Amino acid sequence: MSDTTIDPKSPHLIDRVVIRFAGDSGDGMQLAGDRFTTSSALLGNDLATFPDFPAEIRAPAGTLAGVSAFQVHISDHTISTPGDSPNVLVAMNPAALSANLAALPQGATIIVNSDAFDERNLHKAGYEEDPLADGSLSAFTVYEVPMTSITTESSKELGVKPRDAERSKNFFALGLISWLYTRPVEPTLDWIAEKYAGKDLVKEANQRAFKAGYHFGETAELFESSYEVKPAVLEPGEYANITGNTAAAWGLVAASITSGLPLFLGTYPITPASDILHELSKHKQFGVRTFQAEDEISGIGAALGAAFGGALGVTTTSGPGVDLKSEMMGLAISLELPLLIIDVQRGGPSTGLPTKTEQADLLHAMYGRHGEAPMPIIAAKTPSHCFDATVEAVRIAVKYRTPVMLLSDGYLANGTEPWKLPELEDLPVIDPGFATGPNHVDEDGTEVFWPYLRDPETLARPWAPPGLAGLEHRIGGLEKSDGSGNVAYDGANHERMTRLRAAKIAGIAADIPPTEVDDEEGARVLVVGWGSTYGAIAAGVQRVRARGHKVAQAHLVHLNPFPADLGDVLRRYDKVLVPEVNLGQLSRLLRAEYLVDAIPLTQVSGIPFRAADMETAILHLIDDSTGSAPAAAEGSDR
Amino acid sequence: MTDLTEAVPVALTTRKDWSSDQEVRWCPGCGDYSILSAVQTLMPDLGVRRESTVFLSGIGCAARFPYYMSTYGMHSIHGRAPAIATGLATTRPDLDVWVVTGDGDALSIGGNHLIHALRRNVNITILLFNNQIYGLTKGQYSPTSEIAKVTKSTPFGSLEHPFNPLSLALGAEAGFVARTHDMDRRHMMETFRRAHDHKGASFVEIYQNCNVFNDGAFEQITGKDHRADMLIPLVHGEPIRFGSEGQFGVIMDPDGSVEVVEVATVGEGALLVHDEHKGNPGLAFQLSRLSRGPFEPTPIGVFRDVEHDEYGAQMTEQIETATERRGPGDFAALLRSGSSWTVS
Repeated sequence: MSDTTIDPKSPHLIDRVVIRFAGDSGDGMQLAGDRFTTSSALLGNDLATFPDFPAEIRAPAGTLAGVSAFQVHISDHTISTPGDSPNVLVAMNPAALSANLAALPQGATIIVNSDAFDERNLHKAGYEEDPLADGSLSAFTVYEVPMTSITTESSKELGVKPRDAERSKNFFALGLISWLYTRPVEPTLDWIAEKYAGKDLVKEANQRAFKAGYHFGETAELFESSYEVKPAVLEPGEYANITGNTAAAWGLVAASITSGLPLFLGTYPITPASDILHELSKHKQFGVRTFQAEDEISGIGAALGAAFGGALGVTTTSGPGVDLKSEMMGLAISLELPLLIIDVQRGGPSTGLPTKTEQADLLHAMYGRHGEAPMPIIAAKTPSHCFDATVEAVRIAVKYRTPVMLLSDGYLANGTEPWKLPELEDLPVIDPGFATGPNHVDEDGTEVFWPYLRDPETLARPWAPPGLAGLEHRIGGLEKSDGSGNVAYDGANHERMTRLRAAKIAGIAADIPPTEVDDEEGARVLVVGWGSTYGAIAAGVQRVRARGHKVAQAHLVHLNPFPADLGDVLRRYDKVLVPEVNLGQLSRLLRAEYLVDAIPLTQVSGIPFRAADMETAILHLIDDSTGSAPAAAEGSDR
Repeated sequence: MTDLTEAVPVALTTRKDWSSDQEVRWCPGCGDYSILSAVQTLMPDLGVRRESTVFLSGIGCAARFPYYMSTYGMHSIHGRAPAIATGLATTRPDLDVWVVTGDGDALSIGGNHLIHALRRNVNITILLFNNQIYGLTKGQYSPTSEIAKVTKSTPFGSLEHPFNPLSLALGAEAGFVARTHDMDRRHMMETFRRAHDHKGASFVEIYQNCNVFNDGAFEQITGKDHRADMLIPLVHGEPIRFGSEGQFGVIMDPDGSVEVVEVATVGEGALLVHDEHKGNPGLAFQLSRLSRGPFEPTPIGVFRDVEHDEYGAQMTEQIETATERRGPGDFAALLRSGSSWTVS
């Protein structure tokens, strides 16, 4: 603690900071973190966020099970992760402190709501002694702030009952952190006014709590200084801070516009995918139809029915839903109709960890259907990349008349980053290329329509939604004759159709970009990732390079088929490291496909990799391949 | 899709125009043939176009139906046709969407989709071929098989209480509920016509004989010699009366239940007058439970015909309302709907 008078006019300049807001599920930590993020985005910082919350809506108050946290990393330079460990922890109660303490590096700042550190709460969090008093936090800088009582006091004259008044304490914390990091006050006050419009008392109480927090920082002479993180140098343009789920929803709207196909989302609520439904259901003026089905099967079934009718059929889900949708995916593969399945992965098996992230559905996406049932797979790598990945998945689905699996995950779904807003004109053109007339002449000279007469280049079949006379046709899940599409049970035809379906999907490799390798001349180690590990890998690679070592990075967006040159790329390196939040799924595919010794680096703890994990693993491999022992030291968190 | 055919009058067609070139592969003597024939014969009279008609099905013997119609069609997976139909019918209100299903397909594996399609009132016409047996898998009991039925999978008799498909449909809030049987083509055609003309979800149960695995299941009521005394034709606005001499009728007891009586005993004036359009489904429900099975006098015809808001139309209305209020979708505005900022 310091009694130095601070001069708020000259905040201390820092290049970046990682802040974690933690409290009870009902404390509003996600809201406070989210608002702090928006303020930072509007100031021009680069940022990345990581909301981490329990599956229970309101676990028993004060317990470890109920702790909800929101981590945000803001910086004056480009960053790719929400930060390995927080520099600042805001802990609203003992449980929040206990649950997050292990993540803090020595010297980190802890700001606690001291009002919540009573015997009952300490007991619920499993503390026998008060950590604020027993010296166990001596490695940290601890600020004890009576948040509850100041918040209650701030709205006392409004006549708000104390129990209601204390619910504004998240705004107090937000105000305090806003002062500490010199975020402007007015935009947040306006935002509160808008958010609680019509609920004057709540609005006023929240605004007062926010101001109280801000003023506390300014006047309490508790903090040595406030801090400032200058704007990052970002490419000029308009930006929005976006979650992966919103980006996916907007990608669907964009693909619907560029393809001219009306969008139909058939889905069943499931964490962490539901926000795509919520977002799309708001935008009906785009002709969007959202259908909350009776179950997962109906969701994809209705989407497939819509696709048969000439719409852009989409279903969104997470692992348990993918299980249920498998049979319908097989039908879509057999019908050869465009369909998009978005799997926002979470920890499995079974119900698993509904609110925690995992990448363990890759092999399921690849092989999780009976029979030979190949399906293209696309994976988004960052929250905003969910937009581009969605558009690309639709492009492939429509062009090749196939269901496509888009893999996102809980981390991408809820995490945010600044995103340079795209222009519709820059997006790929998606041409539905509907059938317009008969395509075959029978022996007797009659012009007929053959639903399985393929385009010789793409091997895609014609898409002929009902409505055109002369193109009436029947399709189904039974094996059909190549060309005519009539039901056929003979073995030779089945062999031919099975190989055609496989060749069609494999052929997409010619229609996707080659592997993008971020390489330095002389690198002997390649890190290959997919999905949401992108940020951590990129940050880890930069740290290794900052130490003077060479390492190459490739991140796969297309997982089936792989880029045509991937085998050659892999073979150029002595060591190939494959980090994944599973037990080694991409590494298996790479080994099977290319006979390359892909080395898995795996983790399934419900949280994303840290840049430090990558750094350590890469350094070990470099060490192995050169014989030299790289120094291990704390890297800067890029 | 633009309906390119909108301005063109519907061409006159014959039954043959509605038959595909595929060989029909049901067992000889199957009741499905007469249902197919009734549908193909009816279609030219409905004033609809082949290109705007879609038959969807799941799995089972009945599910082969779409292959034999020269319309658009899809033979999908077991039990899921109502779900697929929901997506198609809501996105393409210009189409006539039919779902052909069976007792296993609709009431066992697909029960969930059936009740929800009915509840939502999706604009589809569901024809349920009820033969009280699994035919395609060669003779296991179905959810409509009678208790104690001995089949391949129940050598000691089935323990399960059967579904009453009409009661189920009514419980699921269906607006149009009817029953017909495969021995009476005219009755089938009239019932299908009514089902087709109804806006919203229509549900028709068709007693259909499986002559291989459950032959004669409905013989006691649909056989030519028994029909007059065992089938109770429901006619809107008419007293419910049947029998070769019109000697039987249906009355409603004071407790709301219905029963079969001799007209001579109660007097003609006491007979229950059928009302398809009653908002309360109670009467239709009682009638659906008048017979315990196809061995007692059983009502056929339209039990209920009540219109309420159709799902797809309402969905379209929400789109139109949103577009009126906010103008057509503006993608640039969508991107800026949250907080956005400019970096220069």
